[in-house]
Amino acid sequence: MLVNQFLFLAALLFCIGVYGVIARKNAVLVLMSIELILNAVNLNFVAFALRNGNADGHTFALYIIAIAAAEVGVGLGLVLLIFRNRRTISLDDLSEMKG
Amino acid sequence: MIHSVIAAATEWVSPQVDYHALAPEIILATGLCVVLLADLFLDESRKWIISSLTGFTLLGAMLPVLTLGLSESSVRSMFDGRYVVDEFSVVMKAMFLIAGYVVVLLSTKHVEEDEYWQGEYWFLLLSSILGMVMMTSSRDLVSIFVALEFLSIPAYMLAAWRKRDIKSNEAGMKYFLLGVFASAVMLYGMSLLFGAANSTLLVDLGKSITATGGLSALHALGIVFVIVGFAFKVSAVPFHSWAPDTYEGAPSPITAFLSVASKAAGFVALVTLLFVAFPQASGVWQPFMWVLSVLTMTVGNVVALRQTNIVRMMAYSSISQGGFVLMPLAVAGMSEVSASALRSVVVYMLVYAATNLGMFAVIIAVSRKTRSGEISSWGGLFSYAPGLATLATIFLASLAGIPPLGGWIGKFTAFQSLLSSGSGWGYALALIGAVNSVVAFGYYGTIMREMWMKPVPDGDTTRVVVPGSLALALGITCVATLVFGVLPGVATHFGDIARITGAFGG
Repeated sequence: MLVNQFLFLAALLFCIGVYGVIARKNAVLVLMSIELILNAVNLNFVAFALRNGNADGHTFALYIIAIAAAEVGVGLGLVLLIFRNRRTISLDDLSEMKG
Repeated sequence: MIHSVIAAATEWVSPQVDYHALAPEIILATGLCVVLLADLFLDESRKWIISSLTGFTLLGAMLPVLTLGLSESSVRSMFDGRYVVDEFSVVMKAMFLIAGYVVVLLSTKHVEEDEYWQGEYWFLLLSSILGMVMMTSSRDLVSIFVALEFLSIPAYMLAAWRKRDIKSNEAGMKYFLLGVFASAVMLYGMSLLFGAANSTLLVDLGKSITATGGLSALHALGIVFVIVGFAFKVSAVPFHSWAPDTYEGAPSPITAFLSVASKAAGFVALVTLLFVAFPQASGVWQPFMWVLSVLTMTVGNVVALRQTNIVRMMAYSSISQGGFVLMPLAVAGMSEVSASALRSVVVYMLVYAATNLGMFAVIIAVSRKTRSGEISSWGGLFSYAPGLATLATIFLASLAGIPPLGGWIGKFTAFQSLLSSGSGWGYALALIGAVNSVVAFGYYGTIMREMWMKPVPDGDTTRVVVPGSLALALGITCVATLVFGVLPGVATHFGDIARITGAFGG
């Protein structure tokens, strides 16, 4: 059935996102990778909602879109704050504390 | 397709809203709007009013929680069982509100003497507490997700509160990235669970597991992803890497808040999911919980042993305490143990909240004078601040689990439920837990030795000034720690009445 293709695409997006979060050193790119994961989740919800004819999945996807926007707002604020103080957004340079 | 879904829907009926059950949330929501508006109209010299308003909002929200606790009908289910106020949620709501009030007391002077804006601090703190209060009642994937973000997003900002301090920026950034990553992973798990069960309601999830066909691969994968997401929230090893840095860099009252309230909220969600949605899938999560618990308490303890910064040491200590909360969950799937496992989680969280907040109150009081986070700066504390040194000893001994104090009843109930499981895995975990409680005494003892036996490092023996709000916080937490320890019946009483609807057949 058609749903499988959606689920495969979502799983692929999820894996790319997780890889990005682990491998990327730039804070903005990590944020973008997290967005990829969230979009994989939305795709999953919508695909399952269509397969099962249950509108709950659509509403859940809407909730995720709205809250992800709030999260990104906070995240970009933090990135900007760090850029102002340090002139870099590389996560490797964030090593004030160790142990 | 969507047209047909909408067309098939029945006509919308307004849901029955039980305003008594929602009163704590409504008071908190009103209070946080008032706090936000008051900040606009108050000038700099009268900003202290906002902190009082925050405190009164939390105490005001306690009133309906008390009446709910005393009322006849014990279970109030709203929105088709998506939002349930039962005994478990009332006990946890009370804990979050009191912990929140203590954090307000800890923050009052700290924020006032800081160079940053005050109004937003209280607003964010209240929003985060509102998210926690909502989390206790959420019995649906959507409301769990919304409550989780509601409590986390303000916490990210609070961790980065000291915005010109690079350490605080770093704390906020690490907390944010790992927190958001964790909720994304958790959401992926939720999407798989939704696909398997065709419902977001936790009770329906449980039913779909017991239905014909039973536990599918989709279920198992979803459960694993959801648990990994919450393991980040409760900073269980190996998902703990954010916790020490965030705790060290954040303002101290916020560290206390994160290590107690935010962690407890993660456990509340985890417990509701395990007990309401997946009790039949214990084969999937029990071994997972076992491994998480062992790793969490062992790694937390071993790394704590070699810390020289007291806040960082308390961060690792709180990681390892989380391992003890997870301990009974490793056997909670067995029907004869599940009630005692839930009781032990609730009791442990109550005791740990009182004790850890108290220890942070002492740390904040002492660092007002020493201006240092190093353990060596605590040398000779008893000679110039005997009261604080005694209180610190009480809290540390309670964390270590020494009998007349609160901590032991938490550990006792955890071991009791492990041993009552009668399984080899339970005994093995109890043994590892026992060894770890002894190891933990190593680093708690270091601070005690520093306070009681070492000389004052710089010879400065002026007394420590403890502001009134901090003294009240110390009083509340100390009394709670002592009462839970001396009268263990109080703690276990709260644990006993904490029943989750849907679990153990209502």
